[in-house]
Amino acid sequence: MLKNRIIPCLDVKNGRVVKGINFVSLKDAGDPVEQAEIYSDGGADEICFLDITASNENRDTIYDVVEKTSKKCFVPLTVGGGVRSIEDINKLLNCGADKVSINTAAVENPKVVIDSSKKFGSQCIVVAIDAKKNGDKWEVFTHGGRNNSGIDALEYAEQMEKNGAGELLVTSMDRDGTQVGYDIDLMSKISSKVNIPVIASGGVGNLDHLVDGIKLGKASAVLAASIFHYGKHSVKEAKDYLDSKGIPVRI
Amino acid sequence: MNVTIVDYKSGNISSVINSFKEVAKDKVTIGVTSDLNKIKSSDKVVLPGQGSFKSCVDALNKIKGLTDTLNEFAIANKKPLLGICVGLQMFADIGYEETETKGLGWISGKVSKIDNQNGKFKLPHIGWNQINIVKDSKIFKDIENNSHMYFVHSYEFVPEDKNVISATTDYSSNIVCSVEKENIFGTQFHPEKSDRIGLKIIDNFINL
Repeated sequence: MLKNRIIPCLDVKNGRVVKGINFVSLKDAGDPVEQAEIYSDGGADEICFLDITASNENRDTIYDVVEKTSKKCFVPLTVGGGVRSIEDINKLLNCGADKVSINTAAVENPKVVIDSSKKFGSQCIVVAIDAKKNGDKWEVFTHGGRNNSGIDALEYAEQMEKNGAGELLVTSMDRDGTQVGYDIDLMSKISSKVNIPVIASGGVGNLDHLVDGIKLGKASAVLAASIFHYGKHSVKEAKDYLDSKGIPVRI
Repeated sequence: MNVTIVDYKSGNISSVINSFKEVAKDKVTIGVTSDLNKIKSSDKVVLPGQGSFKSCVDALNKIKGLTDTLNEFAIANKKPLLGICVGLQMFADIGYEETETKGLGWISGKVSKIDNQNGKFKLPHIGWNQINIVKDSKIFKDIENNSHMYFVHSYEFVPEDKNVISATTDYSSNIVCSVEKENIFGTQFHPEKSDRIGLKIIDNFINL
């Protein structure tokens, strides 16, 4: 049977990991390649890099990181952050990314998703949705959560599926960084609305949150960053825990 | 020995290249090309494929003489060829993704959409699933039954002759995920993305 996936995410800025695992054994705690390898060796089902480089002149650093990582990690690699155009996607895929996640550009220019999924196949197009609750609905935010597009997140999710997205990476902005758990309501509503897999993100503080994301949020995969930082939990611990709760995982 | 990965400008093949180079080290030469002569002189060929059945077939046909060269390599000369994902699907006579499209016709059968049982199963079938080995295949040497492989597809190959099936995977039904017919091998899953166990399959193919 198909297994639920655990996807550790690394924030990369100017080619360096921000926060990260920080094991004593690491030669260089800021090296994304080394950290991705640790995740991969630990049983991560996929690896995700989120490029948070602010300045344009340092943008190319991510390509080098992706190229090096893809020569060492033989599980799928997703790269997001600052992906604007077909050219950006092409460049990342050529460097060895398996999937690219598109956020702001998918809102501003739906053609990017339509065209890229046609050109490269839906399997490598992940649309990242940053959603924030407003009353009884959720609105889609862009530019790293700074701008409110006013678009209804559920309708948007459905539209992105139609446009050719292969997966949706849904982040609750209300929960992101809080460590109080995923927005289960948001996850399950979007997951029920679309027929493509949903990756839950934003708010994981402990291993039970991962269980909830899958069991209650109906997510196919769970993405987490900070619970894996500084060795708080290893990917293996997370998988063993999910397994103990009856969730199918690859062990 | 040299192994050629056919680069026919369809989809992203960098992971395939990386994984074969990782396994080959310096013992085997890994070429990446659409050059017909280089393909002809290869010992083994890898046919990757991403995107839709139609887009891959169209891309193959765009390179003049490529289909003939592959036919000569795999059918006339019976040299080992491995198809991955849509690369495997193209072995079929016909595919139904986007529109009805003729395949290579190497293994009789069709490629049709996975039955998602009215939305009960999400498509694409993305992630790690176990393979059920139903026949000894040379590429499964030292691969345990029920090993996990990485999948990403919405269409499945349905061969007419069930004897070519070497493994299936369970997703809404028993989906064919590996075939072996004489010198022709194919995996629906991505060995290049299936961690160490996937690399072992690549190693098995290289060492055929």
